[in-house]
Amino acid sequence: MAHDLSSVRADFPVLAELIDGKPLVYLDSANTSQKPHAVIDAMSCFLEHSYGPTNRSAYRLAADATDAYEGARVKVARFVNAAKPHEIVFTKNATESLNLVARAWGSTNLSSGDAIVLTHMEHHANIVPWQMMAAERGFEIRWVPLTADGLLDLTDLDRLLDGAKALSFTAMSNVLGTINPVRELCAAAHAHGAIAVVDGCQSVPHMPTDVREWDADFVAFSSHKMVGPSGIGLLWGRESLLESMPPFLGGGSMISDVRLDGFECAELPAKFEAGTQPIVEAVGLGAAVDYLSALGMDNVRAHEVALTVEALDKLKGRFGDDIEIHGSPDASVRGATISFAFRDVHPHDVSQVLDQHNVCVRAGHHCAKPLMRLLGANATVRASFYLYNTSDEIDTLCDALGETAEFFSA
Amino acid sequence: MPGLEDLYREIILDHYKNPRNRGHLDAPAVSAKGHNPLCGDEIEVFVLVEDGRVADVRISGQGCSISQSSASMMSAAIKGKTVEEVRALVSRFRHMMSIEEEGPAPDTTVALGDLEALQGVVKFPVRIKCAVLAWNTLTEALSNT
Repeated sequence: MAHDLSSVRADFPVLAELIDGKPLVYLDSANTSQKPHAVIDAMSCFLEHSYGPTNRSAYRLAADATDAYEGARVKVARFVNAAKPHEIVFTKNATESLNLVARAWGSTNLSSGDAIVLTHMEHHANIVPWQMMAAERGFEIRWVPLTADGLLDLTDLDRLLDGAKALSFTAMSNVLGTINPVRELCAAAHAHGAIAVVDGCQSVPHMPTDVREWDADFVAFSSHKMVGPSGIGLLWGRESLLESMPPFLGGGSMISDVRLDGFECAELPAKFEAGTQPIVEAVGLGAAVDYLSALGMDNVRAHEVALTVEALDKLKGRFGDDIEIHGSPDASVRGATISFAFRDVHPHDVSQVLDQHNVCVRAGHHCAKPLMRLLGANATVRASFYLYNTSDEIDTLCDALGETAEFFSA
Repeated sequence: MPGLEDLYREIILDHYKNPRNRGHLDAPAVSAKGHNPLCGDEIEVFVLVEDGRVADVRISGQGCSISQSSASMMSAAIKGKTVEEVRALVSRFRHMMSIEEEGPAPDTTVALGDLEALQGVVKFPVRIKCAVLAWNTLTEALSNT
């Protein structure tokens, strides 16, 4: 079944909004995605009819709310092909998921003399939690460099992984759009006895995900980038690792017993879900997963490849040397996230002119300052496309950039 | 929505394209670094104070048209002024940017001159941080005297 763009767009109420009489051109989905009726309705319906506490009370309303909450976990597990639903942990966001891994796994596995490997294209969320742990425990952080095309330079990977305990990397760069060879990287990590931690924030919303085919150990991703609500994030972890780790946050729900002299942890996944959880958000996320599954993630990816090819062609064709697009020109190794420098106009100023045309792009460092330094830029403009974006919107982007050039050349 | 011309007044673009007082100063000049974490803009302000007056000022770093032009105009405005006059101007400028201050209200009779051109920034609240970056950095540098 092909991607029916006009019916998809009709599912997203915000896309019908007019600002100053002009349509919204939302090109910031790498930042956060818009939400379909299915998600909005599932959340308001749940709030109106079924809201209650989860996993702690015996009455029917509470049992129904628990079913809805745990049902979302089953849906997410199926969506990424997890072996078991309890390998899915609900968190606040993907940042918390990565902090959970760095702290809970790191506290029993990393100490002075150890090393972990990250890459130069990581989001701050996959850098800072490790740096915080390294400051406490004194292990070394090594970095996989990049090629001129913005791909990971794997020439020295074996040397970097030698003696390392973990390789933690993004499946897709939030700046360059680069899609990394996740399965190969997981295999390389395992060959050196390291675990593989995957930041799936930018890839899971945009293409099929199979954590078992990847043979990863942990995958962090977020709901709000995959048409679900904000306020809930996800961590998939290999059961044996999750079992072996100490808890992350302590409190209610994550224990099986508490005495004056100590406590026993609950079983998975409750062990990692302290306190009242984002119940309504989980229900919305479940609806988001249903929505994406019905569209088909292969269709989503195919649509975005077509948009990427067209956007790269049009931007380069129209602006030539006035635009410098970061990352690979090959749409088969990149997602529909396109960062660029435009003439010598500062990204903030580009974004300001684009906003006059209701074109929403991100201008800034994209929470990837080490990568920005590598690119020699303080900031870039980033246009990121998703399942609801159209060819016409690429034209609007180009026209608005044309006006930016005129405005700042005067 | 306010138009681009409200934000990008001609004099702003002139200061952006031809920034005044670029460079750096060695000790005994004082300096401070400022960052706009939102957009990654970075600026460094150097001030040489002699006999209670700003004898020289230099700006380095990079940023958007608003942060750079604001820095450039600021550098032109403060040269030769006493530190007290500079502090009054900072306070007056922050007031124009709708930033609430503790303590006594700023003296609105302090002349802003070309800086008035940045008034339009207030209509674009996201950009206020860009406009005040140099000013906050200047205040920090002066606190090092």
